[in-house]
Amino acid sequence: MTTFLGLLNYWVVIALMMTGLYIVIAASNYIKKIIGLNIFQTAVFIMYISIGKVSGGTAPILTGQPEIYSNPLPHVLILTAIVVGVATTALGLALIVRIRSAFGTIDDHDVRESVNE
Amino acid sequence: MNALTPHLSALQIILPLLAAPLCTIFRLPRVTWGIAMVVGVLCSFNAIAILEQVQSSGTIIYALGGWAAPWGIEYRIDDANAFVLVIISVINVFGILYARTSIPAELSEDRISWLYTAWLLCFTGLCGITISGDVFNVFVFLEISSLSTYVLVSFGTDKRALTAALRYLIVGTVAATFYVIGIGLLYALTGTLNMADLAQRLPEVTAHRTVLVAFGFITVGLSIKMALFPFHTWLPNAYAFAPNAVTAFLAGTATKAAIYVFMRLVLTIFPAGFFANSTIAYLIILAVGILGAFVASTIAFFRQDLKQMFAWSSIGQIGYMAIGLGLATSAGVAASFLHLFNHALMKTAVFMAIGCLFVATGSTTLNSLKNAGKRMPWTSAAILIGGLSLIGIPFTTGFVSKWYLVTAALELDMWWLAALVLAGSLVTAAYVWKFVETAYFRTDSNTTYTRSEAPLSLLIPTWILVIANIYFGINAQFTGTQALRAANAIFGFSS
Repeated sequence: MTTFLGLLNYWVVIALMMTGLYIVIAASNYIKKIIGLNIFQTAVFIMYISIGKVSGGTAPILTGQPEIYSNPLPHVLILTAIVVGVATTALGLALIVRIRSAFGTIDDHDVRESVNE
Repeated sequence: MNALTPHLSALQIILPLLAAPLCTIFRLPRVTWGIAMVVGVLCSFNAIAILEQVQSSGTIIYALGGWAAPWGIEYRIDDANAFVLVIISVINVFGILYARTSIPAELSEDRISWLYTAWLLCFTGLCGITISGDVFNVFVFLEISSLSTYVLVSFGTDKRALTAALRYLIVGTVAATFYVIGIGLLYALTGTLNMADLAQRLPEVTAHRTVLVAFGFITVGLSIKMALFPFHTWLPNAYAFAPNAVTAFLAGTATKAAIYVFMRLVLTIFPAGFFANSTIAYLIILAVGILGAFVASTIAFFRQDLKQMFAWSSIGQIGYMAIGLGLATSAGVAASFLHLFNHALMKTAVFMAIGCLFVATGSTTLNSLKNAGKRMPWTSAAILIGGLSLIGIPFTTGFVSKWYLVTAALELDMWWLAALVLAGSLVTAAYVWKFVETAYFRTDSNTTYTRSEAPLSLLIPTWILVIANIYFGINAQFTGTQALRAANAIFGFSS
């Protein structure tokens, strides 16, 4: 399974992670930064979900007969992480709304210029 | 009380967590302050009771909801985190006491209840980070405290508080995500998230490169949260533009909880020598600490705003804690714990005094300090003693920390390090002197000045902490013993 295709999930994770982090660093528009942050977090969600998957496994529901099932724990953990991510995004956007009404812009470059940083 | 005794660790989290929504129901400023104060005091006594329980009957292991460890989440409290928990809870009480007068000076009435809601949630998160024995649970609490900290910072009067909060949010989220990646990799390797289990199982899989990657992600993530140089960029503006009471509270608690987790993970979970290059890892932490102590203190010297100056000074002091940690001996880690306690005392006192200055003059810049020595003798003296403590003058807590740190360095025959630590004090002395010069010596003789001291309700909490600074500087018996016990607890889950 260690072929390129077998590790496809992890390649996707790395690609998304780097894309997200790049946007966070490079974009000067605050909303774009938040979007980058979301992509970055999504990469981690996919990583956790991939770790929990057992090939050929089904959902971990008790049916009486022994069978192969996927590890549900990482999926549950990511449910928590998604909630945290939603809260962060909401707070970030709320702050951006207030930054816009205080500075008249949501661009990091313009904000820095207006306060001479 | 006896029925509650086994559940003290859960109460520490539940009390502030339940009180937070209460504040949103009772919107009156005085009532919400009262709720926060009562909860703060209860949590302090609770934390002290936990510390006593740990010392009399060993490590407390509390299975949440009755689910035993590998399956359930457990709180695991030993000498190390009980000590940190007491620091956080007690500083929290003084912060709230101070906020009563300080916050209405900066916030409109209808927003005060929201501030205390966020404050209580932040406190919940910090307690949770400290006592949890589950690495994922630590992440959840880390985010509870961080999210409410972003809100707390955004309450600042200056509009730059908003951008400071947003930048902190972006950097802080990246940090938390790094941490999650790290523990995800550890979970993939060991199949456990429990700290004690991890410490047991990791030595079996050290051959995997994944451990090294996980170590990297976790240390970088937590370094950002604890504002270790060069991951400190969020801190100066967040501290400078947050309301004064919030700055005082955060300076004494937020980075401290992160430093504790850092020590727990780096020194307990990843045992010494777990991978071939672990000495190099410790050396890097050491080097980063020394660099931070010098660079941040130098930048502090060039700041014109007192809050900025002492925020940069915080980064420098975190550098000293990293030095003790990087030594990776129990003497070194004890020095870090001691400095964690002492720095919480001195920096909270200093930021409170700066808040007094703000209430009296409406400004925190160096220029507004002219004649302060005469106009506001108590406020200026508080900043002065806090500053002397930062330098490490005898009879202040700072001296005790430096003494332990230098002794720990000499134990390892690292003369150069002892010399560097002492040289660092000189840089600290430079910016403290800048304050002294403006407040006491730059007097305009032709202008008349009136005495305009800050109200007593602000000066009292400030001075209690200042006196504590002197007391623990003279009598280091309690703190020294605790710090040593804490360090021993970090080097292994012994009871």
